[in-house]
Amino acid sequence: MSSRRSRSRQSGSSRITDDQINDLVSKLQQLLPEIRDRQPDKVSSANVLQETCNYIRSLHREVDDLSERLSELLATTETTSAQAAIIRSLLM
Amino acid sequence: MASSLISNPVANSDRLRESKKKKKKKSQNQNQNQNQNQNQNKNKSRWKTQAEQQIYSSKLLEALRQVPRNPSPAPSEALPRGRAVQEAADQALAIAAKGRTRWSRAILTSRLKLKFSKHKRQRVAVTGTSRSKKPRLNIVRLKQKRIAPLQQKASVLGRLVPGCRKLSLPVLLEETTDYIAALEMQVRAMTALTQLLSSTGAGYSAAPADWLGSSRP
Repeated sequence: MSSRRSRSRQSGSSRITDDQINDLVSKLQQLLPEIRDRQPDKVSSANVLQETCNYIRSLHREVDDLSERLSELLATTETTSAQAAIIRSLLM
Repeated sequence: MASSLISNPVANSDRLRESKKKKKKKSQNQNQNQNQNQNQNKNKSRWKTQAEQQIYSSKLLEALRQVPRNPSPAPSEALPRGRAVQEAADQALAIAAKGRTRWSRAILTSRLKLKFSKHKRQRVAVTGTSRSKKPRLNIVRLKQKRIAPLQQKASVLGRLVPGCRKLSLPVLLEETTDYIAALEMQVRAMTALTQLLSSTGAGYSAAPADWLGSSRP
């Protein structure tokens, strides 16, 4: 509680309200697959922040794994510009 | 009788005009609020559109073709190829964001710094942008006494999102929502690309025709 008060005192010029923060936290909760279905009053903002960190870390891990697989795949097949155009059209 | 008939419509039209003006003002205010919400929604749903993913996929493909296949003959090659692909993917993602968000600008400027410092010790620059290093839990526990848990979590979050270490909480949360949506799109696009490359890698001449047939019924 005191931390919130001191934070709002520091940022008094930009008028950041607790309601604004709560609104953003609830919006963030809707994005997280783990806790988006829970009741908003049962999920604290600390919980939401923790889940956000976990989710971002897991997304980073997925991207790293996919990068590894992509690098292996790219090493085996050398793509000419024509093949790249084919791949691009297949992605559409 | 005729005069009253004429006067009534005039009075009615005046009243109608006044009520229309009031309605206009109300709807203008509502429109302003709606526009703000719409802008936020546009930004969030931007990463979910098929078009955005296609734009990102083609940019990613071009960037990946530039990644050198064989590691350089120099023995001090610190970057494994996977890291190079991940950096190319992040770079393409930042470009797709069109510089509207802080995290995208931070990714682009960090790459510039890396290029400038490449002639110096490469190891220093690499560890600066690495995100696979182990979390420094010990240092965090030492400071845990003084910092409120919410603030501490917010600072951890700020370290995860590029370029957001010293932001205030509302700005950080906004950047986070956009960053998460962008990362999800990145995962979707890279998964699709991986599936495509792995299935068409072997039989290149026959496979594309099959794919075209299956994807366009």
